[in-house]
Amino acid sequence: MTAKRITALIIVALGVGLGFFVYSSESSRFSYKLGLDLNGGTQLVYKADISKISEASVDDSLVALRDVIERRINVFGVSEPLVQLEEGSIVGGSSEKRLIVELPGVTDIEKAIDVLGKTPLLEFRLQKDNLPTSEEEIAKLKPEDVFTSTDLTGRLLQRAELQFSNGGGLSSAPGETAVLLVFNTEGKELFAKITRENVGKLLAIFLDGEPISTPVIREEIKDGNAVISGGFTLQESRELVRNLNLGALPVPIELVGSQVVGATLGQDAINAGVKAGIVGFALVALFLLVWYRLPGFLAVLSLALYVLIMLSLFKLIPVTVTAAAIAGLIMSIGMAVDANVLVFERMNEELKAGKELKDAIAEGFARAWTSVRDSNISNIITASILFWFGTSLIKGFALVLMLGVIVNLCTAIFINKIFMFAVTSSRQGSLSRFLFGKGLGR
Amino acid sequence: MFVIKHKVIFIGISVLLVLLSLGAIFTYGLKPSIDFAGGVLVEVSYPEGRPEVSSLETALSGSDLELGVFSLRPSGEDAVTLRARSLSETERQTLLGILSVNNTEKIAVERFNNVGPAIGEELSRKAFFALGLVVLVIILFITFAFRGVSKPVSSWKYGLVAIVALIHDILIPTGVFAVLGYYMGYEIDTLFVTALLAIFGYSVADTIVIFDRIRENLKKKVEYRGKETFEEVVGNSLRESAGRSFNTSLTTGLALAVLYVFGPDSTNHFALTLLVGIVAGTYSSIFLASPLLVLLEKWQKKVM
Repeated sequence: MTAKRITALIIVALGVGLGFFVYSSESSRFSYKLGLDLNGGTQLVYKADISKISEASVDDSLVALRDVIERRINVFGVSEPLVQLEEGSIVGGSSEKRLIVELPGVTDIEKAIDVLGKTPLLEFRLQKDNLPTSEEEIAKLKPEDVFTSTDLTGRLLQRAELQFSNGGGLSSAPGETAVLLVFNTEGKELFAKITRENVGKLLAIFLDGEPISTPVIREEIKDGNAVISGGFTLQESRELVRNLNLGALPVPIELVGSQVVGATLGQDAINAGVKAGIVGFALVALFLLVWYRLPGFLAVLSLALYVLIMLSLFKLIPVTVTAAAIAGLIMSIGMAVDANVLVFERMNEELKAGKELKDAIAEGFARAWTSVRDSNISNIITASILFWFGTSLIKGFALVLMLGVIVNLCTAIFINKIFMFAVTSSRQGSLSRFLFGKGLGR
Repeated sequence: MFVIKHKVIFIGISVLLVLLSLGAIFTYGLKPSIDFAGGVLVEVSYPEGRPEVSSLETALSGSDLELGVFSLRPSGEDAVTLRARSLSETERQTLLGILSVNNTEKIAVERFNNVGPAIGEELSRKAFFALGLVVLVIILFITFAFRGVSKPVSSWKYGLVAIVALIHDILIPTGVFAVLGYYMGYEIDTLFVTALLAIFGYSVADTIVIFDRIRENLKKKVEYRGKETFEEVVGNSLRESAGRSFNTSLTTGLALAVLYVFGPDSTNHFALTLLVGIVAGTYSSIFLASPLLVLLEKWQKKVM
């Protein structure tokens, strides 16, 4: 008995500690991870067009796609972005490959789409042979007619740098900003070959299908460096450097779904959720106290412990807190009482049948166990299927439900049992009969 | 036990409610949200005062967006909500241009939700699959859990009855939503399906607790060579476990009612669905499942 009491005290102390952790850790790295619907933010769903990619390299290029997008987001400076690949499931009847991007805190969808979707396509094109000689005829030609593609593209780029041109290299006009291109080994060789074989011709640099500069090849360039300058402003060159460094997308993508939630809606939802949680807990606690008296009070303690453990888990795992997850937690406060109620009802029956208090408690827990177990298994089954079904919104709810069942088994059965034995005295007066009774009367 | 004595009345009430729900579902139909149907949901607020909704409406239908059927409603104090078909990126910009009256009104996009048709379709298939899967797994689970009890009613029949109760528990909230959808524009969205799945879990848990009591009392009867009929055993079990069933539903219902009243707008319909489902679930586990078991046993006797 003394051992049980000491254990109970330790548990209460741990609970207080847990409460302190939940309360004080908000500004540390253990803060709640709020979902888009609460924090405000943008979710973009892209479809990856893999029709032109051989089956064997689909997975690789999708991973590369994710990396490129991640790099672009990092430039954007979003904290805790989420980029994940998703496959249309067989059940859903499609095999679309999708990329889901979540940007918490970003509500400017335009900018987001812009940063993510921009595909700088850098190409070097060579002047065609047999071009008409008269100036008039040349003026009529479109860029596509004058230049032919080479294999030299942004793919072979190692890096790009901002430069203040001094008139050297392929560029002209000293003094303006320019972009230095450094090719990788393959690109270096190709560049050398092209320049060696075509001295005297024009080598045009195309960006996104537009010629931005058309320098003449004066000699073979062996070091693999090229400079482009097309009268860029400083701002433009900066952006170009950034986009070139981020790399082109390995797979074309198309925006198929998007969601933006303003920050005010989210804050309102949090406030409402917290309020509902407190009121809900208070009402459930009141019911337990009035109906089940002393055991009810102990159940309130273990229920409080339940909430604290859940909140700590939210922080530690971390669980993405969405409005649905909050709803799940509030609902689980009501459901968590179930195990307690089952035990108390059982215990009361045993008391009525004339058993000693201690035996009645033990019997109550033992007898209620099978139904607690079976009914919780059915909840776990549905929660797992929900988790599989879910979009990120639903997954939060399912996870909360599942955690709730497991944590609840621990608090309502094991911890509550220790509490119950801790307050039991060996003497049984009418007071303890009353305290362990139930209902509104005596 | 009065529930067993008047079982026909209680089962009758359930049948009536289910028929009403089915009627509502078939006459009014269910309104799928853009989660399933695809489309766009935009909420734009006007911090400097909302222009006439009707003039916005005219501007929208007169634009070259070709929105087709759309709905534009005022929401809150200074916002409007638009529902329409799914939009491309350029169409989105055109739309915001129109809503800001060619950039003369200051607007803030509170919510912009665009679901491509393919995604919606996939999600609906997935939802049906998930619902079916839950039913199947639960029948199997109950059959397994009650494998020890096969007399006088075989264990798979417990599973069957639990499923009947389940169908009852999800048809009723669905029927309620059909009515609300018709009169108030409530939609069937992902959260609704989530609520249904959660009701599944709850309803079965609730039914299992009572069945568990029947299982225990049947074992006792065999042990002590009791003379009670199956009907009496079920009646006693029900009396013993109804209090718990009611109390648990009360606390869960309390929590949900509070969520409905005080909780965030986005989970309002969700809380309502769950609340209706849990009330139906409590009713069915006390007044439908056990009486049905007794009926099954009677029919079985007649046949044999």
